[in-house]
Amino acid sequence: MTLDLLRFTTAGSVDDGKSTLIGRLLYDAKQVFEDQLEHVQEASERRGGEGAFDLALLTDGLRAEREQGITIDVAYRYFATAKRRFIIADCPGHQQYTRNMVTGASTADVAVILLDARRGVLEQSKRHAFISALLGIPHMLVAVNKMDLVDHSQERFEELVEEFRGFAEHLAHGDRATDVSFIPISALNGDNVVDRSATMDWYEGPVLLDYLEQVDVAYDHPDERPARFPVQWVVRPAVSSDDYRGYAGQLASGALRRGDEVTVLPDGGRTRIAAIDSFDGELDEATAPMSFTLRLEDDLDISRGALICHPGEAPAVARELVADVCWMTDAPLRPGGRYVLKHTSHHVTAAVQAIDDVVDVHTLQRGDAPAELALNDIGRVTLRTSAPLVFDSYASNRRTGSFILIDEATNGTVGAGMIAAPVAAAA
Amino acid sequence: MGIATRPQLSHLRALESEAIHVMREVAAEFERPVLLFSGGKDSIVLLRLAEKAFRPAPFPFPLMHVDTGHNFPEVIEFRDRRVAELGERLVVASVQESIDKGRVVEETGPRASRNRLQTVTLLDAITEHGFDAAFGGARRDEERARAKERIFSFRDDFGQWDPKNQRPELWNLYNGRIHKGEHVRVFPLSNWTELDVWEYIDQEQLEVPSIYFAHEREVFKRDGMLYAMSPFAELIDGEEVTTETVRYRTVGDMSCTGGVVSRAQTLDEVVLEIAATRITERGETRADDRVSEAAMEDRKKAGYF
Repeated sequence: MTLDLLRFTTAGSVDDGKSTLIGRLLYDAKQVFEDQLEHVQEASERRGGEGAFDLALLTDGLRAEREQGITIDVAYRYFATAKRRFIIADCPGHQQYTRNMVTGASTADVAVILLDARRGVLEQSKRHAFISALLGIPHMLVAVNKMDLVDHSQERFEELVEEFRGFAEHLAHGDRATDVSFIPISALNGDNVVDRSATMDWYEGPVLLDYLEQVDVAYDHPDERPARFPVQWVVRPAVSSDDYRGYAGQLASGALRRGDEVTVLPDGGRTRIAAIDSFDGELDEATAPMSFTLRLEDDLDISRGALICHPGEAPAVARELVADVCWMTDAPLRPGGRYVLKHTSHHVTAAVQAIDDVVDVHTLQRGDAPAELALNDIGRVTLRTSAPLVFDSYASNRRTGSFILIDEATNGTVGAGMIAAPVAAAA
Repeated sequence: MGIATRPQLSHLRALESEAIHVMREVAAEFERPVLLFSGGKDSIVLLRLAEKAFRPAPFPFPLMHVDTGHNFPEVIEFRDRRVAELGERLVVASVQESIDKGRVVEETGPRASRNRLQTVTLLDAITEHGFDAAFGGARRDEERARAKERIFSFRDDFGQWDPKNQRPELWNLYNGRIHKGEHVRVFPLSNWTELDVWEYIDQEQLEVPSIYFAHEREVFKRDGMLYAMSPFAELIDGEEVTTETVRYRTVGDMSCTGGVVSRAQTLDEVVLEIAATRITERGETRADDRVSEAAMEDRKKAGYF
C-alpha cells in the first residue's frame, strides 16, 4: 500500500543543475503548460539570445530572483503522474540559506540531493545530506548529474557512490537508518530523469521518476507507530439539544479505534473512545494523517494542547529537554534567552539553560559548547519550559518531536527544534 | 483487521486533512478570523472544509465577500443561497462604497477594472471589523509569486506582504503570533492544484455557480480572450459581439475574467477537461495577471488576496 501523495525536497548549489533537473522533470512528465513554456522561451531568449531555451527558468518565482539569477526562498511545486501526486519543496542551495533547507526538509519524505559528476561530493552536498538526515527524511536519493560531461562513465559514477556512502555512514539518524539510493543522470539531456538513458546502458536501476513513484512513505505503515493525537480544538455547539463535546485534531501517527482505552496527557486520565466522528459519519478506525473528532466515554478536563494516546506506549512528559536547534535569525541564541515554544498544538515559554555543542558546517562534527548559536547554526540546546511538554524523540516521531521557537518581541519564527530526549532520561 | 483490508488514504483525503488542521489552528490561535468567500470554486471548497473542521458547531468565524459590483449575477445569487443553507454570517465589503466614500478612484476607459480597487476595500474591511486572520482560497500552483507564499502569510499593519522576509514555516507548526493592527492571510489550499479542487468538488458533490459549466453567452474577443458582454463592458473599435458556448475556469470580475470555449456540462466533464488542458487557469482567463511579468507579486505586496 502506498500513499498517492509524495513530498520531496531538492537541494543543490546553483551550479549542480537543480533548477534544470526540476524543469526537466516537469517538462518530460508533460506537466508544463503552454503559457509557462512561452514564458520560459521569451525569458531564455531575452537572456541568452535567439534559440536559447533554459528549463531552469521554469522555477523562477520572485522579481528579485529573476533579476539576480538566484533563488531566495523555498518554492513549492506540484505535478502528477498516473501513479502519484508530487509536492516539491525546492530549496535554494546557498550556504546562508540553511534555514530554507531545514524548512523544506521538515515535511519531506524523500530528499533528492544533486552531485555534479565532475566536481564530486562537495562540502555543500554533504551539508544537504546532513540536514536531510537530521530532519529525519527516511529516504535520500543522490542524483549524480552532468554524466554527459564525464563521458557517461560507469567508473566515475561508482567512485562517487562509494565516496558518498562512506560519508553517509556517519550521518546522525534515528532508530531507522536513512535509505540512500543513487541514479546517474543528465538533467540537461534528460537522461534517466523520466526517460531511460540510451547512453548509460550499464545502469539498470530505476530512473528518477520511477523511483519517486515507488518509494514508500511513513504514513504507509500506521501500525508500526504508537498513536499520537494532539487535541487542537474542542467542538462544543453553543446552542445544542444534546451536550455534544468532541476533541478535534489531526492524528500525528499510528491508528485509533472505537472502544480503545486511551490516556490523556499530561494529566494522565484514562477513558475509552466512545466515537470517532467525521463530517461524513462515524468511523470504526482512523489512521494518520487523518483529521477527525473524538468523543470519550468519561468527562475529563481536556483542552487544546492535551495529547491522547494508548496507555502503555505513552510519550515522555517533562519540563526539561535537550534538542537540536537550527537557528534562523540574526540575533543569536544565548543561554538565559527566553522564547515562546510551539509544540504540537500549544505554546509554552522556554528558557535556554545551556548550549551543549554546535555543528561545524565544514566538517559536520559536533564541537565544544559555544557561547551562542548564530544564524544558520545547528547545535544541541538544553531547554526548561513553563509547563510540561508531552513529546517523543524526533528520531522516533517527527510530529511530536519537533517544535519552533518564536521571538516574544518580534513574533518572528527564530528556531526549529528536534527533541533528542528529556533531560532526566538523557542523564 | 490488518493493513491489507484498510482503505488507502487518497491524496485528496491527505490534502483535506492538512487543510482542516490549518483551519482549526486558526480558530484556536486568533481572536477574530474571517473566511473570504467569493462564490468561486476554491472558496466553495473552503466552506466544505470548514464544515468538516467545526460541525456540529457553527463556524467560529463569519464569511466575507469583497463585492466589486461587477460580479457575475449567477455568482452573487449562488453566494447568498449557499450562505443561507449553511446558516452562517456573511459580511459584504463593497468596492462601490469605497468609491462613493472617495477611498479609491474608479478607472475609466474600455480596459477599466475594479480588480486593483478591491485591495483597498479588503484592507479597510479588515481594519473596520478588527479581523486578525483571513482565510483565502489561493493555491501555490496558480502563479509564480504564490509558489513562495506561506500557508500562514504575515501582513504588516499596512496589509503588505514582504516576500523576501517571510517567516520560516516548518512541519505543521504555524506561527500565528502578531501585534495589534497586523494580520495573517491563511491559505488552507496552498498545496492543492486546480485539478485537486475539481476532483474534490466532484468527490463531495458540491454545487458550484452555473458559469463553471458550458453555456451560451454573448462575448467579445480581446487580447485572445473571450469577455462577457455586460453593462460594464465598453467595446473598442473593431470588436464584435458573438454568441459562443463557454465556461469559466475562474470567477473574477466580469471585466477581467475570460471564458473558455467548452462543452463540459457536468462535474465529470469539467474534471476531464482540466486534466487535459495545456494552459494554466490564470494564463488562460485572467487579464489581471497579464499586466507585467510580476503583476501578481506586485498586487500581493500591496495587500491583494
